[in-house]
Amino acid sequence: MRNIFNYIDRPSPIHRLTGATKLVCLLLWSFAAMSTYDTRLLVFLTLLSFVLFYVSKIRVRDVSFLLSFMAVFMVLNNVLIFVFAPQHGVTLYGTSHPIFSLGGNYVVTKEQLFYHLNLVLKYFATIPIVLLFVCTTNPSEFAASLNRIGVKYTIAYSVSLALRYIPDIQKEYHEISQAQQARGIEMSRKQNLIKRLKSASAILIPLILSSMDRIEVISNAMELRGFGKEKKRTWYMERPFAPADFVAMALCALFLAASIALNIANGGRFWNPFVS
Amino acid sequence: MDEPIIAFHDFGFQYNAQAEPTLHHIDLEIRKGEKVLIVGPSGCGKSTLAHCMNGLIPFSYRGESTGSVTVRGKETKALNLFEISRTVGTVLQDSDGQFIGLTVAEDIAFALENNCVRDPELHARVDKAAQAVGIESHLRHAPGELSGGQKQRVALAGVMVDDVDLLLFDEPLANLDPATGKSAMELIDEIHTRTGAAIVIIEHRLEDVLHRDVDRIVLMCAGRILADLPPDALLSSDLLRDNGIREPLYLTALRYAGVTVTPEMLPHSIRTVRLTEKEKGMVQSWFHSMPPHAVEETRPLLLDAQHVTFSYANGHRALEDVSVYVRKGELIAIVGTNGAGKSTFSKVVCGFEKEQEGRIEFTGCDWGTLSLKERADHVGYVMQNPNQMLSKPMIFDEVALGLRTRGVAEEEIKTRVEDTLRVCGLWPFRKWPVSALSYGQKKRVTIASILVLEPEMIILDEPTAGQDYRHYTEIMEFLRKLNRDGITVVMITHDMHLMLEYAERSVVFSDGHVIANDTSAGVLTDPDVIARANLKETSLYDLALACGIAEPREFVQRFIDHEREVARA
Repeated sequence: MRNIFNYIDRPSPIHRLTGATKLVCLLLWSFAAMSTYDTRLLVFLTLLSFVLFYVSKIRVRDVSFLLSFMAVFMVLNNVLIFVFAPQHGVTLYGTSHPIFSLGGNYVVTKEQLFYHLNLVLKYFATIPIVLLFVCTTNPSEFAASLNRIGVKYTIAYSVSLALRYIPDIQKEYHEISQAQQARGIEMSRKQNLIKRLKSASAILIPLILSSMDRIEVISNAMELRGFGKEKKRTWYMERPFAPADFVAMALCALFLAASIALNIANGGRFWNPFVS
Repeated sequence: MDEPIIAFHDFGFQYNAQAEPTLHHIDLEIRKGEKVLIVGPSGCGKSTLAHCMNGLIPFSYRGESTGSVTVRGKETKALNLFEISRTVGTVLQDSDGQFIGLTVAEDIAFALENNCVRDPELHARVDKAAQAVGIESHLRHAPGELSGGQKQRVALAGVMVDDVDLLLFDEPLANLDPATGKSAMELIDEIHTRTGAAIVIIEHRLEDVLHRDVDRIVLMCAGRILADLPPDALLSSDLLRDNGIREPLYLTALRYAGVTVTPEMLPHSIRTVRLTEKEKGMVQSWFHSMPPHAVEETRPLLLDAQHVTFSYANGHRALEDVSVYVRKGELIAIVGTNGAGKSTFSKVVCGFEKEQEGRIEFTGCDWGTLSLKERADHVGYVMQNPNQMLSKPMIFDEVALGLRTRGVAEEEIKTRVEDTLRVCGLWPFRKWPVSALSYGQKKRVTIASILVLEPEMIILDEPTAGQDYRHYTEIMEFLRKLNRDGITVVMITHDMHLMLEYAERSVVFSDGHVIANDTSAGVLTDPDVIARANLKETSLYDLALACGIAEPREFVQRFIDHEREVARA
């Protein structure tokens, strides 16, 4: 993996949206999905996110690594909740419909299962959108997008610089570690923790020192070319908003509004089907 | 007459952190359309002078200044860094480090973006600058996909977008192979003619810069300007040699032959230099008076790599059926362009990477079963930048590191480290912290930290990169001394002087293959190999032809042999 962005360039309507639009949509969509446990809205967002994922022409195998990582996280999250709070659903929904018992406090209830269902739906509603953002946003557009939503350009640019230097630093880390291993520094897991920390310092110290040299060069180069002179700057990779961008942002804003409205109508974050 | 773009009048400068001034009584003017070369040994103040031109002094590096320095008639102190950068565009030495954008186009656009230039002007000006340096077909490429020469073109385009009046190049040849360096000088010359911008080049590789004409050469030493002369006048004086600057090799050869170099001879380039029949005769008789090159007896094989093939995980085939041998006690060079496979080959030998096919033998034993650490007891690897290897604050501990990880008793470590420090000339510094050392001394510490493991052979990646002639000579004479003491030395390089002067033999890589294995004089007089490996033929070859010598290769060889004699004396 070269960097956190896994940009896959394929022609699709999602790719054509500007980076700023996608960033705004991601934020609105995530807030919408995170703020409510209303199953009806979550099911709708999940289905829509699957459709969008299909439209983007990103294939599941392109993101299989990230998907399996998130799947593990989701399962772990659910298991831990059940282990530590098996009756959380009962507390939330106020009724108890036991199905079977695992002994002690561990009674599986309909309420608990329903709570877990909502939790899983939240993952399903958000993960495809996060992946879409990561895979369809050109990293070059990212800093410009941050700047557009109000982040100061000096800060936004540091994100871009990090993306620029991550591959170089990875390469340098690899080279330093090879040269140090030849001097007898053991990097294997066989060593105990203290020895491994010492070994790590034999690689990290040279890496930090040579990165400091890099920083001096880059900051001189940036200043010599006028970085920080004006309060604003333009971005080569920035594109003007098209009608589709406004439509996408409006729809996502609508979802957030719906989420908030449902929370108010439900009298809380939870939609309760057990009392009707 | 135009007002000068930059003018120094009785200017002096002292950094806040230093006890002595770095520049004294500088008087220098650069006018529109001029092309000026500034040369001088390391520490002479030429980089400081460059910082004063582009505004890094006084705005990024603090210090006390005296006298005046003006840009377009205004004192730099009264301007700011950004205003100066609209007039003076700087291309820094490290064309990789100054690459700011994620892609070529963004990097070129950087200055325009900071000036809030909007589309469509923004895209149009980027396209124009990219075309001016011939990089327009790579606009979407990331820095990792470009060669050193291409990165330099991007850096140049990045300052040219602003239509500056003066282009300042800080050591433009430092990271380029000889052929790319040659085309870089041609590109600078072309831009000079086309845009009429003044050009200032700071570089110590005089002969390579003079591949294209310059108007004046400014010679600096110890913070002062010693000479500000047209090239022909400077080259026919003794000033360069007396101040640690290497003169062009053909002039050294002429001097050996007893020819007096005069400005009328037009000595600034091997293409222009005019010799009378009498002078040609002097070169010929010098050639015949030199002893023929003695062929050394064949020594036993140390490393023998046969038919090695290696591909990286991404499928890139870096080595294809490569066979290389190294004899005991040799000092050889492995040369070739970036990506030709020379670094990969050394990684395979050290065990950093595992060959897919082929066999490597070391002193006759199969090398395949040995681990990286076991191989390191026989072959040491020294990285290009010493900062990439130094991890301990004290010199002693740094050198002792490899022994400590091998569990050697502390008593023995002490004697072995001390012996190594003596051999490496670091004995006076044994109690010093590493951070107090100069770059060249740090390089020695890294070599010492490898030598202490008592390897039979050491591989050095670009041992002299970024060093001026004096430090270069210091490092190389040190390696030659180690070599005479019995250590086999393999250098990965694209420095032709280094090949020619120090390596008995050169192995040339191109595109994953070995395309030549010959004496360095042989390689550098073979037009086919030179073209394929991005080398440049040595001017000695042209001099031999110009003087009607039928065996130019032998001429080059005898010149080198003589140089070594002179160096030893």
